[in-house]
Amino acid sequence: MGARDQHGVEPPWEDGRGERAFSVVGKRNRKVDGMAKATGAAVYADDIALPGMLHAKFVRSTKAHARILSIDASEALALEGVHAVITGKDLPINYGVIPWTPDEHALALEKVRFIGDEVAAVAAVDEETAIRAAKLVRVEYEDLPAFLDPHDALANPAPQIHATPKKPERGNVSKRVKLEFGAVDDAFEGAAAVVEADYTFHGTTHAAIEPHCAVATWSREANCDGLLTVWSSTQITHYVHRALARVLELDPARIRVVQPCLGGAFGGKSDPFGFEFCAAKLAMVTGRPVKMLLTREEVFYLHRGRHPMELRYRTAAEADGTLRGVDARILIDGGAYSSFGLVTTYYSGQLLGGPVHLPTYRFDSTRVFTNKPPCGPKRGHGSVQPRFAFEIQLDELAEKLELDPIELRRKNFQGQHVETVNGQRITSNGFLECLDAVERESGWKERRGKLPHGRGLGVAGSMYISGTNYPVYPNDMPQAGIQLKVDRSGLVTAFTGGNDIGQGSSSVVRDLVAEELGMDPAHVRVVAADTDLCPVDLGAYSSRVTFMVGNATIDAARKLRRQIVQAVAEAWEVDPQRLFMGGGKVFDLDAPEERSIPTREAFQIAEVRFDTLGATGSYNTPTLGGDYRGGTIGASPAYSFTAHAVEVSVDEETGRITVENCWIAHDCGRALNPMLVAGQMEGSAYMGLAEALFEVHDVNRFGLHSGPSLLDYRMATTVDTPELHALIVESLDPEGPYGAKEAGEGPLHPALPALSNAVFDAIGVRLRHLPFTPGRVLREIAAAREARATVGAAEGGA
Amino acid sequence: MATRIVELAVNGDRCEVAAPDHWTLLEVLRYRLGLTGSKQGCDKGDCGACTVLIDGEPHLSCLTLARLAAGREVTTIEGLLPAHLAAGGDGADPVQEAFDRCGALQCGFCQPGMMLSARALLNADPHPSREAIKAALAGNLCRCTGYTQILEAVEQCVAEATDARGDAN
Repeated sequence: MGARDQHGVEPPWEDGRGERAFSVVGKRNRKVDGMAKATGAAVYADDIALPGMLHAKFVRSTKAHARILSIDASEALALEGVHAVITGKDLPINYGVIPWTPDEHALALEKVRFIGDEVAAVAAVDEETAIRAAKLVRVEYEDLPAFLDPHDALANPAPQIHATPKKPERGNVSKRVKLEFGAVDDAFEGAAAVVEADYTFHGTTHAAIEPHCAVATWSREANCDGLLTVWSSTQITHYVHRALARVLELDPARIRVVQPCLGGAFGGKSDPFGFEFCAAKLAMVTGRPVKMLLTREEVFYLHRGRHPMELRYRTAAEADGTLRGVDARILIDGGAYSSFGLVTTYYSGQLLGGPVHLPTYRFDSTRVFTNKPPCGPKRGHGSVQPRFAFEIQLDELAEKLELDPIELRRKNFQGQHVETVNGQRITSNGFLECLDAVERESGWKERRGKLPHGRGLGVAGSMYISGTNYPVYPNDMPQAGIQLKVDRSGLVTAFTGGNDIGQGSSSVVRDLVAEELGMDPAHVRVVAADTDLCPVDLGAYSSRVTFMVGNATIDAARKLRRQIVQAVAEAWEVDPQRLFMGGGKVFDLDAPEERSIPTREAFQIAEVRFDTLGATGSYNTPTLGGDYRGGTIGASPAYSFTAHAVEVSVDEETGRITVENCWIAHDCGRALNPMLVAGQMEGSAYMGLAEALFEVHDVNRFGLHSGPSLLDYRMATTVDTPELHALIVESLDPEGPYGAKEAGEGPLHPALPALSNAVFDAIGVRLRHLPFTPGRVLREIAAAREARATVGAAEGGA
Repeated sequence: MATRIVELAVNGDRCEVAAPDHWTLLEVLRYRLGLTGSKQGCDKGDCGACTVLIDGEPHLSCLTLARLAAGREVTTIEGLLPAHLAAGGDGADPVQEAFDRCGALQCGFCQPGMMLSARALLNADPHPSREAIKAALAGNLCRCTGYTQILEAVEQCVAEATDARGDAN
C-alpha cells in the first residue's frame, strides 16, 4: 500500500498560526541539471568513450518482406579490424515491451518485415571499419508479397507478416478491440442532430535530436561470473533491464542498466531495442566495451512513432447540443511489429470519456501489421488521433446546431468527481477554467466568426492520463520507489528509478525533498535511472513520473522528517508539534530565536538517536478501471485537461496555413514548477501544430522510407513556430503530489483539431485529413467550391 | 585516408591533432579532444546541434573539415564559461545563465549549438528584435521547447545588455 491517500494538496508545514505556504514548490526553480547542460558537461550516451571500445553497426534489410535464405559474414570477418559479426541465431529469444505480444527479435531470425529491419551486427575497431564490414555481409533473400497499405493487409490474410500457426484466421490483424458502453443505437435513434464523417491521421515520428545509442561492457572485475553494464538512451531503464535478462539468458542480478543524460525521447525510447541487445552481446562475445550509435537515418527505421489511423466518427446530440452518443470505427496501421500496439488499440477509444460527458459510446478499432517501420507510442499515445476526429465532430455539431463551440463544450462538461461511461474515475477537473482562459485570452467572443475572410479562430479540448494502473507486466509491487540517503554534511541524496528525459523529473524530486525537509534545494542531489543504485520505477511513459515518483518522494521524505523531528524534539524536550523545518533550519515555533539549528545539526542529532539515517518511499495506484476486458487500460489515478484556441491565417491562393497564435490552457493539478509546466505545454503545442502542418513519416510504393533525414522530415524551426501562450490552470488533485497531475502529453492533443476548426472559421472549409500541406489545402478548397457550386446550381434549378 | 597533423586553436588553447584528412571538425572535437559538448544530431547539417563558433561566426562543425578550421579561433560550448570568467565575469556566460533561468534547457541536446548561435548573434548585435533572434536561431532545431523559452532567454540577455548600457550612461 503506497502512501497515496496521505499527502494532501497543502504545503507540509504549518507555521504555528495555522498558516501554510510553500517555500520551494510553485517557484521557477532552475533545473537540477540545467547548468551541466548549459556548459556542455552533461554526459549523454554517445559522449561515453571507454578504453579499448569497439564500434558496432547494423546490417539492415533491403527488402520490405522476405525470407532470409542465408547470411555470409566471411568477407566481413576477414576485414582487418573486425572483431565479431552476430546474426539472429546468436540472439534467438523473442521479446516485446508488452509481455502478451513478444514478436520481436534483436536481429531478424527467419524473416525481415520492413526495409531497415535489423539482420546482423558487426563490431569493429572503429566506426568506419564497422560500416565497411557491414556492407560486406552477404544476405540472400526470398521475396514475399509486401503490404504497405493497411487495407491490403486486412484484405489479404496471407502471407502473414507474423505467423500465428494456432490462429491462422488472424491474418495480419495485430489487435482488434470492440467495446460498447450504453445503448448507442438507441441514442442515435431520434437524435435531433447527427454528424458523421471520415478523418485521416498520417504517420509522424518523435525525432528527438539525440540519436539512439548504447554502450555495453562485460566485466569480470566487478563480478567473477561477469557483470553486464549497459548505458543506454532509454526512457524505460527497468524494462530494458528485464528484456536484457530474458534475451541474453542472464541472471538480472548480473545486469546493470544506466540511463545517462537523455537527449529527448517523446515515446521513441520506450521500447527495448536491438541496438541494446546487440551492444551487450557483442561486448560479451569480444570481451571489450562496445558502442552502438544509430545514424539519423536509422532512427527513422527504428521509428515507434504515431500510428496512422483512418477514423469514421458519428456523433448524436439533442437540439440544444446535449450529446447522446458517439460511434467510432478505426483502422490502425501498425507497421511491422507490435511494440505497444495492443495498448494503442485500446487507447484509440478508451480516452474519449471526458472532458465532455458521453452517455453512450462505442468503438471498433483494428490494428493491422504492414511492412513498414513499426509504430508505437508517441506523445499522447493512441489518443491524439481519435481526439482529432472527435473535436472536429464537436465543431461540426456546433455549426449544425448554430451553437458557439465553446458553449457546446461547456454545456456537456462532465464535472468533477464523476465516472465516465467506460468506467474511469475522474477526480479533479479544471476543464471549464481552461475553456474560460482560452476564451478570454484569445478574444474569442469579440473575434471568432468576425475576423476578415482568411483569418479564423478554433477551439478544442482533451483529457489525458497521469500514469496508468496497468503496469505493462502484471505485478503488485509499487510502480514507483525512491530512497533517500542522509549525509552528516547536510546533504540529502535521492535515488530514483525515474527517467529524467529532459522533462525535469529529477528536478521535481529535488524540489519535493527540499519542500518536505525545509531545505535549500541546492543541498539535495538526485541519482536517477541506474538499476544498481536506484529502486525500481517503471519509467518515463504514460505521463506517470511527476504523479507517481512525486508521491513516492513525499512518502520517503515524510518518513525521514518524522525521525528528524522526533529526535530534535526529544533533545530539546519539547512537543514535536512545535518544531518547524524551513529555510535550512529546524526551530521551535514557540521560541524561534532561542531554539534553532541548521538542518545539518538536526541530521546529526537524528543519527545519534536512530543510527544511520535513510528512508524509502513508494507509490502504487488504487484499484481502478471498468469491470471488463481492457477496462484497466486508460484507467489513471488522475486526469489532466486541456483547451486550446488556435488562430490561423489561410492563403487561399497558395494553400498555406500560418498559425498566428496558440493559447494553451492546461489543468496540471498544481504546477510544482510553473516554468517546467509551461515548457511542457509549449513543447506539446509546438509538436502538435508541426505534425499537422509539416511532418510526414511514410514509405514510398517500394516500402522505402520517403525521407529519413531531418531535412526531408520537415520539423518546425523558430520561424515556423507561432507565438505560444501557456495558461496554467491548477485544479489541485486530491491524490497528486501536493495536487499535481501531468503536463507533458495532454497539451498536445487539442492543437491539431483546434487548428482544423480555426481553418473552418477562416475560410469555411473543413479539413478532416492530415497533414494540412498546401497541396492538400488547395484540393480541399477546390472541392468545397465545387460542392457549393453544385448545391447552388441545384437550388437555382429548383 | 592520409592522417596528418592539424593545428587548431580551440577555446583559446593551441593544439596539434592527428586526424585523417576527411575528418570533420566535429569528429576532431569529440573523438580527439574529448570536447563532447558539441553534439551530433544528424551528421549532415540539418539540425544545428553541432554548431560551434569559428572566428566568432556560427558554423556547422559536422560539415566543416577539421583542416579548414586550422589557424582560426574555434569556440565550443565548453569555452564559454571559462572565457566569461577570464574576462572578469561571474558565473557562466549570460547566455548560459539565461537559458538555465528560463527553462530553455529541457533535454539540452540541441542547446550547445543553440546557445552558440545566440552568442554569435549577441556579439554582432546586442539588441536584436524578436524577429532577428528567430532568424538567427532558425538553423538550430529544438524538439522539446517549442522555442518560446529559448526566445525568452535571448530576450533577457538583450534586456540585461540594455540595462547595463543604461547604467553606463
